[in-house]
Amino acid sequence: MERLVTLIPLFPLAGFLYITFLSKGLSRSFVGTVGAGAILLSFVASVLVFSTQLHGEPVVVKVFDWITAGSFEVDFAFLVDPLSTIYLLFITGVAFLIHVYSAGYMHDDEGFNRFFAYLNLFVFFMLILVLGDSYLTMFVGWEGVGLCSYMLIGFWYKDMRNNDAAKKAFIVNRIGDLGFILGMVLVFIYCGTLSFGELYIMDTAISGLHGEVATAAAILLFVGAMGKSAQIPLHTWLPDAMAGPTPVSALIHAATMVTAGIYMVARSSQLFQMSETASAVVVIAGLLTSLLGATIALTQNDIKKVLAYSTVSQLGFMFVALGMGAYTIAVFHVITHAFFKALLFLGSGSVIHAMGGEQDIRRMGGLKSHMPVTYWTFLIGTIAICGIFPFAGFFSKDQILAHALEHNIPVFALLMLASMGTAFYMFRMFYLTFHGHFRGSHEQEHHLHESPRVMTIPLVVLAVLSTVGGFIGFPHAIGESIGIHHWLDHFLENTVVMSYSTLSAGSEVILAVVAMAAAAVMIWYAFSVYVKKGTRALEDDEVESQAHRLLANKYWFDELYDATIRRPADALSGWLSRLVEPRMIDGAVEGSGRLTRWSGEAVRTIQNGSLTTYLLAIIAGVILMLIWLN
Amino acid sequence: MELIPGVTTEHYLVLSLILFCLGIFGILYRRNAILMFMCVELMLNASNLALVAFSRMWGDTGGQVFVFFIMVVAAAEVAVGLAILMLLYRNMGTTQTDVLNKMKW
Repeated sequence: MERLVTLIPLFPLAGFLYITFLSKGLSRSFVGTVGAGAILLSFVASVLVFSTQLHGEPVVVKVFDWITAGSFEVDFAFLVDPLSTIYLLFITGVAFLIHVYSAGYMHDDEGFNRFFAYLNLFVFFMLILVLGDSYLTMFVGWEGVGLCSYMLIGFWYKDMRNNDAAKKAFIVNRIGDLGFILGMVLVFIYCGTLSFGELYIMDTAISGLHGEVATAAAILLFVGAMGKSAQIPLHTWLPDAMAGPTPVSALIHAATMVTAGIYMVARSSQLFQMSETASAVVVIAGLLTSLLGATIALTQNDIKKVLAYSTVSQLGFMFVALGMGAYTIAVFHVITHAFFKALLFLGSGSVIHAMGGEQDIRRMGGLKSHMPVTYWTFLIGTIAICGIFPFAGFFSKDQILAHALEHNIPVFALLMLASMGTAFYMFRMFYLTFHGHFRGSHEQEHHLHESPRVMTIPLVVLAVLSTVGGFIGFPHAIGESIGIHHWLDHFLENTVVMSYSTLSAGSEVILAVVAMAAAAVMIWYAFSVYVKKGTRALEDDEVESQAHRLLANKYWFDELYDATIRRPADALSGWLSRLVEPRMIDGAVEGSGRLTRWSGEAVRTIQNGSLTTYLLAIIAGVILMLIWLN
Repeated sequence: MELIPGVTTEHYLVLSLILFCLGIFGILYRRNAILMFMCVELMLNASNLALVAFSRMWGDTGGQVFVFFIMVVAAAEVAVGLAILMLLYRNMGTTQTDVLNKMKW
């Protein structure tokens, strides 16, 4: 088992090295097979490791001594426990499907090999992140996935906008990372270790932290999570990250990497449990983010941007769950979200592929008849995200709502609002894309086609997962009768802090019905607006209402940062470059040169060429030295 | 341990000192490179004499071994030095150091 665990991240690493260094002249289908095959092997190994955890104890697998500096010792070790194995399972599973899909989607791209190399490297780092037994090992993976995200957002580097988006993602993430590092330092100072095993699982070294220090450590770690998981105010990079190829958006910016923040907080559940303030901060940030994402998505017209804001909003849901102490439910939502959001992104990729690169839903419409597989799978994904029974999103979202209802009514009300918004914008996008008349050019209409098998099969598999994926977390009301309820909760019981719902089965049913009715109303409303009446989405210059403009411009967050951070920084740099650079820095450098020249001029007159003078100087020097020594 | 009765180590050292100072003054006052060169040799031999005297005084042959080394090195140095002087004379037509004052900026 221990060897198997170390193999899991090694397969993608080997794939990355092979594709990077040895793939010259190999055919694309071969490179694609190597890339996807490496992930498949990881997936198989993950399944085997997962099966040992069904009835086993958590294990720490030490790979090698990493850092030994005085009392500071960190092993490079992997922690195998229910939480990490369940993450392994869906990461490698979804990543494999997306690799297969990419082989079709990227087939005509000149950077095909590079793409697969990056993708494999990303999976490697993601697995390190999840498997790492300490915050520091996790941080290695954390930075690694950030790097891969940067490289893949800017994958089409010839367009400057993509590079800008990549840089934005990188820089915003750095802000979060600073919080992560400071949090780690605090944990180490007070607990003497960074190992999850020693902090949380085998031992409870985390109890070294308490009171305000615990709050500070938890909030700092959460700042790290905010960066990676795109929470207010560090959310601005995620929508821009859609500049990357669509499979990247599906894998990195929806299913896996952005949920690393949730993983980290769930890992640290005992720490967050110590501080009510930190938990409240998590709830507030999550709640604001979910509302912000849901409202902005209402007005977006780029198919990927809608999905991006929907991801931001869903991540907010997960953080609300984390902040309320429902760690397992957050993880549950991560898993179901990975399925349906990957499905939606891949579906949108299929649409973009058919449209010849067009991403604007105002230029689409009526695609239903041209691409049936994409249509039906996309519909399943859309229903799943709206939380309609029995699709995956229903179970996880319903439990988040149930928890909110129990703990805090205002939070519940706002979440309901966000989830109604979700239903509306998802179906708005769905209807505009697949129903009505085609609004693009004739060329595009002529070109419309269903995607090849290699792309549709992953869609179908993900659609199946989006349908049944929720069954791992049946609520009482439904699960009691068939004997399996809250399987995931019981599985994760010993790893994270639990918070059991005390809601009765009856109220669970009522809540579910109310939530679904609300979603259904919004879906019907979207239907009546965009299909029955055939309203089209406004062009950019037709937008008149202030509220619409506010949303279409994403609450002016970018402009705000531009005005408060970028421009002052620019002004400061400009001032420095005009004043400090030429006067002080250049002055110091040139001054030292001038001093050397001047002193050389002064001293060189001593060297007059007369041998006798030199000898006299030598002898005088020796005599002086002798006197000095005595 | 006097080799010649009445002549002590101090006598040898005083002689060595006189020779060394002669060498120094010779170097400083003479302008002819060959004469300066000879003065250098004088200084070397003055120090040799001091070494031998001390060696004798302490009964340690190390000093005498050292003297042999100095003599060998001095011989080699003379060979090189005279060759340089030869070339100087051929090129410049003189060995007077006040004429050979090109070694400056």
